[in-house]
Amino acid sequence: MHPMDVVQVIVYIAALTVLAPLLGAYMADVLSQKRCFLSPLLRPVENALYRLSGVDPEEEMTWKQYCVALLIFSGLGMAVVFCLQLTQKILPFNPQHLPAVSWHLALNTAISFMTNTNWQAYAGETTLSYLTQFLGLTVQNFVSAATGIAVFAALCRGIGRRSSETIGNFWADCVRSTVYILLPLSLVFAVILVGQGVVQTLRPYVTVTTIEGQQQTIPLGPAASQIAIKQLGTNGGGFFNANSAHPFENPTPLSNFLEMLAILLVAASMTYTFGKMVGSKRQGWILFVSMLVLFIGGLTVSLYAEHADNRLLGVAGSLEGKETRFGITNSVIWSTATTAASNGSINAMHESLSPLAALVAMFNMMVGEVIFGGVGSGLYGMIAYVILAVFIAGLMVGRTPEYLGKKIESFEIKMSVIAVLASSIVVLFSGALACITPAGLATLSTSGTHGLTEILYAFASAANNNGSAFAGLNANTPFYDLLTGAAMLIGRFSVSVPMLAVAGHLAQKKFTPPSAGTFPTDGALFVLLLLGTIIIIGALNFFPVLSLGPVIEHLFFIAGKGF
Amino acid sequence: MSESRPRAKPFDAAIIRSAVVESFRKCGPRQLMKNPVIFVVAVGALLSVVSTVHGLHHGGLSAFNLQISLWLVFTVLFANFAEAMAEGRGKAQAAELRRSRTKTMARRIVDGRETTVAAAELKAGDTVVCEAGEVIPSDGEVIEGIASVDESAVTGESAPVIRESGGDRNAVVGGTKVLSDRIVIRIISEPGSSFLDRMIALVEGAVRQKTPNEIALSILLSSLTLVFLVVVITLPAFSSYVVKSTNQTGAIVLSVPILVALLVCLIPTTIGGLLSAIGISGMNRLLRHNVLVVSGRAIEAAGDVDVLLLDKTGTITIGNRMATEFLPGPSVTSQRLADAAQLASLSDETPEGRSIVVLAKNEYNLRSRDIIDLKAHFIPFSAKTRMSGVDIPDTVTGKVRCIRKGSSEAILHFILEHDGTYPIAIFNIVNNIAQQGGTPLVVAENNLALGVINLKDVVKGGIKERFMRLRASGIKTVMVTGDNAVTAAAIAAEAGVDDFIAEATPEMKLARIREEQAKGHLVAMIGDGTNDAPALAQADVGVAMNTGTQAAREAGNMVDLDSNPTKLIEVVEIGKQLLMTRGALTTFSIANDVSKYFAIIPAMFSGLFASVGHAGPLAALNIMRLSSPQSAVLSAVIFNALVIVFLIPLALKGVSYRSLPAAQVLRRNLLIYGVGGLVVPFVGIKLIDMLVSVLHIV
Repeated sequence: MHPMDVVQVIVYIAALTVLAPLLGAYMADVLSQKRCFLSPLLRPVENALYRLSGVDPEEEMTWKQYCVALLIFSGLGMAVVFCLQLTQKILPFNPQHLPAVSWHLALNTAISFMTNTNWQAYAGETTLSYLTQFLGLTVQNFVSAATGIAVFAALCRGIGRRSSETIGNFWADCVRSTVYILLPLSLVFAVILVGQGVVQTLRPYVTVTTIEGQQQTIPLGPAASQIAIKQLGTNGGGFFNANSAHPFENPTPLSNFLEMLAILLVAASMTYTFGKMVGSKRQGWILFVSMLVLFIGGLTVSLYAEHADNRLLGVAGSLEGKETRFGITNSVIWSTATTAASNGSINAMHESLSPLAALVAMFNMMVGEVIFGGVGSGLYGMIAYVILAVFIAGLMVGRTPEYLGKKIESFEIKMSVIAVLASSIVVLFSGALACITPAGLATLSTSGTHGLTEILYAFASAANNNGSAFAGLNANTPFYDLLTGAAMLIGRFSVSVPMLAVAGHLAQKKFTPPSAGTFPTDGALFVLLLLGTIIIIGALNFFPVLSLGPVIEHLFFIAGKGF
Repeated sequence: MSESRPRAKPFDAAIIRSAVVESFRKCGPRQLMKNPVIFVVAVGALLSVVSTVHGLHHGGLSAFNLQISLWLVFTVLFANFAEAMAEGRGKAQAAELRRSRTKTMARRIVDGRETTVAAAELKAGDTVVCEAGEVIPSDGEVIEGIASVDESAVTGESAPVIRESGGDRNAVVGGTKVLSDRIVIRIISEPGSSFLDRMIALVEGAVRQKTPNEIALSILLSSLTLVFLVVVITLPAFSSYVVKSTNQTGAIVLSVPILVALLVCLIPTTIGGLLSAIGISGMNRLLRHNVLVVSGRAIEAAGDVDVLLLDKTGTITIGNRMATEFLPGPSVTSQRLADAAQLASLSDETPEGRSIVVLAKNEYNLRSRDIIDLKAHFIPFSAKTRMSGVDIPDTVTGKVRCIRKGSSEAILHFILEHDGTYPIAIFNIVNNIAQQGGTPLVVAENNLALGVINLKDVVKGGIKERFMRLRASGIKTVMVTGDNAVTAAAIAAEAGVDDFIAEATPEMKLARIREEQAKGHLVAMIGDGTNDAPALAQADVGVAMNTGTQAAREAGNMVDLDSNPTKLIEVVEIGKQLLMTRGALTTFSIANDVSKYFAIIPAMFSGLFASVGHAGPLAALNIMRLSSPQSAVLSAVIFNALVIVFLIPLALKGVSYRSLPAAQVLRRNLLIYGVGGLVVPFVGIKLIDMLVSVLHIV
């Protein structure tokens, strides 16, 4: 590894650490309905939206009402994307005259974008019209991120409020997170990306004659706007099939750095927002540090694996499949960040990751996308782990465990367990199903241990709403479209609904003032506890099956053996 | 506290014997269903046994499968044994309680004739007679006579009380002792329906409801079990794909016993097997302290309590005023004051009087003298004079020394009668003492006021340190007293309580509890009176004294048979210990998983891609260097079963408890049970593996 590689990792992490509290504080103001510096500009927009939709932002909802609103809104969004794809042939903004999408792919894509997964079983430029891309997908890129932030905000209120029946207004939370957070950030980011050379146009694809005298069609489109939100909103669905390995999506080293930063930016800032909203900034930092430790741990292992001598090929470092313009380190930071943060965009082929780096990517997803995770969803997923850690270890101090003054009782445990373990069960069952059915095995590009890794990766990515693909596996078959679709739905709502219930129940509880007898959740010891809980409860389930896939591959790899 | 009666030994042979029998009896499906974790183990064991027997018809008996099956069955039995041990000890203690009741005999009067019957046979409405030296057989009312009764067995107060027919003082409590005279008592409680009897029934009762934390923990444990079940069920699908697609058919065998072994090692069997034992033994521990609990929920609440409402008398102070210093007036030596005070108190048998004699002896080396040798005439305390003292004839001059002690006003009156002087300095001393919460007792000889004795409510030894420890573990203490604010403040400062309520009424107690609860605190209190009942009911943990009224006992959720107010602190500590034990063993059990993976996974899969003479790549995960795959699986299963047995004493006794801040407790327990839970199985499995390979049993 070159010293500059280390410098770049440090700059990346430093930038994240500096920006997190700045953006986090702003988001806390937005979500607490306080005035912020953009209020004079955006307040009229916000109010207009309320008037247009007939929403009273002051109307408080119970957790059940909040939940119903979330489900209705998500369901409608999914229906719109589904219908757009089926009818895009006859709708405007389809200069390439792309045909209607097959029903199972349309369903898979609709679920995928509504759940903030952005699993793409298709190639964007040859499948979807401009209208479908910007009215369907780009809109979902915003609102699926906004619903994540809304659930997160409701949870913060649930923890912060005392003896309250309500946890906020879903519509207001969605509007505010879109108007005040996602839109301004994306706008700024899109402009910067355009400045770096990312395309942004509604014109048809360009056909040019290459220097070899051949005709080549170059796909274009409104890419910059979608890329900005795909990175910031942990969506990850590329405008082009090659995602950010495509020069029109990611033209320069600066655009690469900023896009990588954008992957983690909002999710990392959420930790600070959380701390501020529940009245303990230190608690926010504790979560930030816990996530960062896991992130750096994974990054270190991946960097080591990728830079180590490749005994199979007899070369130093594994450049095959990496983003050759930016080098191994930039590919590895991206692959680690994008799997840590439920983003799923890529700038390298994950199929080509060395086994250990692939293991890290899968670990990041399998623990439930809580290492920063998705915007909002990463943090509320992490709180489920926090509740379990507090409960198991908290009993050891001789008191009913409490977190931030709220007692953790059987209801919270039940909900947190569902949030943490449901996606594990989905991955294991659907992976096993794929392994024993011809339909599951038909579209693998390879077999044996690597084939197993491809299958596991696909379901880990879907069930944890990451959306990155290992490639290799052709997932656009009715079998995979439907199975990954179901996995994405369960993965999204088996976390958000239980955590809303937790928010509702915590809000109703009284606040127990801290004393010397309170289980301390704001020190290094708690970070260790939390990490232990994540690894033992979240990851060990996968150890047997991973040992048949990437682990065995790694052991072969370091022995210099291939298949 | 006092161990007032012999308790059942922790590992009494009889209890162990009956627990062994019980552990087989608990193997019925309905019993096992109550504990999902152990139920899964039992089903797994059954499958394993079936598979072993099935193998008998196809290629003979596999010694490995047989042993795995046996150890799986043992795992279930060990878990049952743990529960049976805890229940057995509870029953032994309840029997002990019952025996102490049945030993008492009563003299029942029927139609004027007296017969001797066992106390337990008495019915409501029976009439019994009790004379000096006899124990009152059951709760009742005095209908004839007057007697002094020693209620120290239930109240802890040694001073006898008067019980007489008619009026307010007619209630007597079973178990107390008549000291003088003879009384006739009408029994008011039915046999077996007295409060104590109902409590004993509860302790023995098989119906034990799970407490809130236990429910939460069960949910967690069941969910983990479910997930590991999915892990194990899906594993054959994954491995069969890898095996088939890489032409490794036959390289690995995932037999039912091996899969069940993996499952049982991964699910939290340790805590699952010990969970109910921990809960039952928490109740037992309270019972051993002579506290009966209405519900297990109350024990847990006790652990959560962070405000204690403590009565001053009996809890914080001894309850008797004691002489603590002699403060002489002008031109009087303290030696002379002490001498006079001691003479005046020689015949005073009250605790105050005795304490004056002792103080004079200790501080001024004045030996107690015999009042007969002195030919002294003792003047007892009377309500009229409000003084006591002594008249001693001086053998030389023939004059009489009249020494008196009493309240300031009484002595002033006495001195004025003798045309004496009462120095203003004495007034000042008297006022000072009163302000500091003490009781001033003025001593005079003839016409001269000599000085003042400071009588103080003495704070119990060690109580201050105890409160400090409570504060360190986050518990606030509030002293409740009928004293005025000045006195209360002085005692509160001396005892080191955090707060006090002076001139307390039951309404004030109730208000204070509500106020603390509104702030999010959990409050515990102890009480006995009918007017304590609302506060006892409002408190999160209300300990009623056994001597208290029926209303108080119904309102509280615990009853202290010793009626010892200090007990509240122990109740809280036992509650904390219960929760700690549960948390510690859960952490230990979950941390155990890591090592078991490293034992079983390489054993299961090391055949994959193996070549002649070389194990497959996954053998690299065998970091314990276990001798063979079969020995590895068997060792892990044996360890998993034995660890339950080894932890039974800990589950029954509870983890060691010290009042420390939560952060320190956590660090300590995490190190022992968390890190220990990671490391111990590595060592244990390795040792068992060595034994297994030496014995060549697989």
